[in-house]
Amino acid sequence: MSEIGEIDEEAAIETLPLDAWHRARGARMVEFAGYHMPIQYDGIMAEHLWTRDSAGLFDVSHMGQLVLSGEGAAEALEALVPGDISALKPGRMRYSLLLADDGGILDDLMITNTGRGLYLVVNGAVKWDDIAHLREHLPDEIEMNLLDDHALLALQGPKAVEALVALGVAPEFADILPVDRLVFMQAGAYLWGDVRLGISRSGYTGEDGFEISVPAEQAEALADALCALETVKPIGLGARDSLRLEAGLPLYGHDLDEAIDPVEGDLSFAISKRRREEGGFPGAARILGHLADGSPRKRVGLSVEGKLPVREGAKLFDGNREVGIVTSGGFAPSVGAPIAMGYVPRGSAAPGTALAAEVRGKRIPVTVAALPFVPHRYVRKTGA
Amino acid sequence: MPRYYTEEHEWIDVDGDVATVGITDYAQGQLGDIVFVEVPDTGAELSQGGDAAVVESVKAASDVYAPVDGTVTEGNAQLEEDPALVNSDPEGEGWFFRMTLSDKSQLDGLMNAAAYKAYCDDL
Repeated sequence: MSEIGEIDEEAAIETLPLDAWHRARGARMVEFAGYHMPIQYDGIMAEHLWTRDSAGLFDVSHMGQLVLSGEGAAEALEALVPGDISALKPGRMRYSLLLADDGGILDDLMITNTGRGLYLVVNGAVKWDDIAHLREHLPDEIEMNLLDDHALLALQGPKAVEALVALGVAPEFADILPVDRLVFMQAGAYLWGDVRLGISRSGYTGEDGFEISVPAEQAEALADALCALETVKPIGLGARDSLRLEAGLPLYGHDLDEAIDPVEGDLSFAISKRRREEGGFPGAARILGHLADGSPRKRVGLSVEGKLPVREGAKLFDGNREVGIVTSGGFAPSVGAPIAMGYVPRGSAAPGTALAAEVRGKRIPVTVAALPFVPHRYVRKTGA
Repeated sequence: MPRYYTEEHEWIDVDGDVATVGITDYAQGQLGDIVFVEVPDTGAELSQGGDAAVVESVKAASDVYAPVDGTVTEGNAQLEEDPALVNSDPEGEGWFFRMTLSDKSQLDGLMNAAAYKAYCDDL
């Protein structure tokens, strides 16, 4: 028995601040983005469902946390991304895309205006390329710091908010809202005792939840305190992947890459209104053309008939014609069936279109499905 | 009925000229939640070490190899309905397929239970 398409481990795999913590909790560790990371603890299925029902704690410290500061940082960054960054108010964040000159996606990222600078979270696998790209293209007076002395935790699920409140996290400044009054895509500086945390109401599961930047030396204590609550369990990368797939969220390096532009990637929402009118971002001609006329191909969701998982790399057919490829796929625990994402031509992209995916020589019927597969449960308005 | 084990974590129960094949408890533990099993068709000719079946966990697809040469006489139809049997009873109800043995001497190269346990302890 051996895993199909198993990747050889690279020689120099680094460890993250919570490495020993994961191992002590029985995590199975794998190489991911150059780090030892927990793929699962109790099992992907159980961890996935726990996150949807209660609260899961994810270690995503492999991701790059960067801070850009200096006069005009937002305007300078706008030369590299299609979002309206200069309109981003303090305490607000936005999903955006680092674009190549031809409009291809170099990475997807979160950009937060902290009031003192722009805090960026980029993908672990490409963070060094991102840093080089930013340094090359941003003016010298914009300072860039990599927060490599910080861990990044994600607390996700319907009970995430009560867990964070139970922890006793307090706003660091008078103008910052209590964590339970943050709405989706809002962020602030907080104190847990004397530990400074950067917290945002955001995530990668489709559930309500938070992402917490914590100094590396306090990461274990924070993870311990959260997992001491009976509603919180540590969750591995395996469930993170199945959760984001159900939420219809693309994974860079799989569903997005340098050959795909934001319209093809079904991420047009990341191209802000003002930027559409003004252009001035890399690949604007191609991207604005695709916005106006539609792109030749598009990322879509795929419902899979039967039980056989359709995975990354499976070819897609419309009748006898090969039309596209699956970029992510697997069994979806909350759906109770296999699901997938992939690229198909515009003419085959309407929800309900019947296609077939080829798995080990067999044609498996699939249907283009609207994303997400599981409705998002983001908190966009708080009661208080 | 002697049971043999492979380094690829298959088990094979031999009863005269017929054998039953599955994956070990260690293997199912490594794979995690199993969501699909593709067993070989009846009549399929298998050769030792060649692809015989595919087991799909939430995470990935894995090949299951033929422990010896032979011909498939039956796939476990129950796994179609309930692939999680491989998790709950890997070395019993969760068997994969039955086969004839064309070269019984190949069994000599496989491990017995004690040797397999020692092999897993070293992994």
